[in-house]
Amino acid sequence: MSAPRHRLLVVDDSNVIRRRIERANELPQIEFVGAARNGLEALEMHALLHPTLVTMDLTMPAMDGAECVAKLVQRDPRLRILVISALADKLTAIDALEKGASGFLCKPFSDRQLNDAMRKLIDT
Amino acid sequence: MSLETEIGVFVDGVLNYFSTAVQQGAQCGTPHLALNDNPDLADYTGVIQVSGKRTGLVAFTAPKSMLSVMLMRMQETDMSHENLSDLAGEIANTLAGNARREFGHQFQISVPVMHSDRASPLPYPATSRPMVIPIDWRNYHARLIVCLD
Repeated sequence: MSAPRHRLLVVDDSNVIRRRIERANELPQIEFVGAARNGLEALEMHALLHPTLVTMDLTMPAMDGAECVAKLVQRDPRLRILVISALADKLTAIDALEKGASGFLCKPFSDRQLNDAMRKLIDT
Repeated sequence: MSLETEIGVFVDGVLNYFSTAVQQGAQCGTPHLALNDNPDLADYTGVIQVSGKRTGLVAFTAPKSMLSVMLMRMQETDMSHENLSDLAGEIANTLAGNARREFGHQFQISVPVMHSDRASPLPYPATSRPMVIPIDWRNYHARLIVCLD
C-alpha cells in the first residue's frame, strides 16, 4: 500500500457529513488531517495543518464556502478543492469553479461517488 | 412553474436522497395541503428558511428511531441527540438545496435551524398554507413540509 501523499481537510457545518467523508475515504493516497465547521475555521485549520486537498460545503455560517474557496486559493494556488454542496443549480457550480475549486459533487452522495470524485481530484 | 411541478421537484429530491445517501429507497405518499395550519411534527425537525425570488420554508420532520437507523446505514456510531438533530437539518438542507436545480439561483436557502418545540408551529409565511409530503422508509414515517409564498 502506498503512503499517503495528500492531506485532506474536510469543511462542512454538519458533523454527520464531516464524519461521513472521513469514514468513506478509501484512497490510500489520502490522509484525513482535520475538519472545520465553517469558512473561518477552515482558514485557521489550513494555516495549522497545511492540507493539500479540501472538501468544501457552500452553505455555512460565519463564512460561506464560496468566499472561503477564494481565500484559500489566493493563499495556496496549488490547493485542490472539491466543493460538496446540496446547491444543485449550474450557476452555483460555475461560480465555485471560477473562484478556484477543482471539482463539484452534489449532495446527496454515495460513498462510491465521493471516492470517484476524490480520485479525479488527485489525478488532475 | 405549476404547484404540481413544484411538488414534483421535492418528491424527486426525497426519492433521490434515500436511494443515494442511505442506499435504500423511500416512497412518498400523496402530497396534500395541511388540514390545519400546523401540521404535526415528529421528534426532530430541521428547518430551512427560503428567501429571494420565493420566501417561506422547507422542513424535514422525522422520529428519532428513523434517524437512528439512517445514521446506522451511513456507518455512523454516534447516535447522540446532537447528531440526530444534525441529520434532520442536513436532510432539510439537501432537499431545499437540490430544489435550486429547478427553482434557480434566486431560490436562496439558510443554514439549517432546529425546531425543538413540537407543540409550537413552524414560522410559516402568513399568506400560504403548508404542503405536506408524507415519506415512508422501511417501517418509518417522516414528512417534508414545504410552505412557499
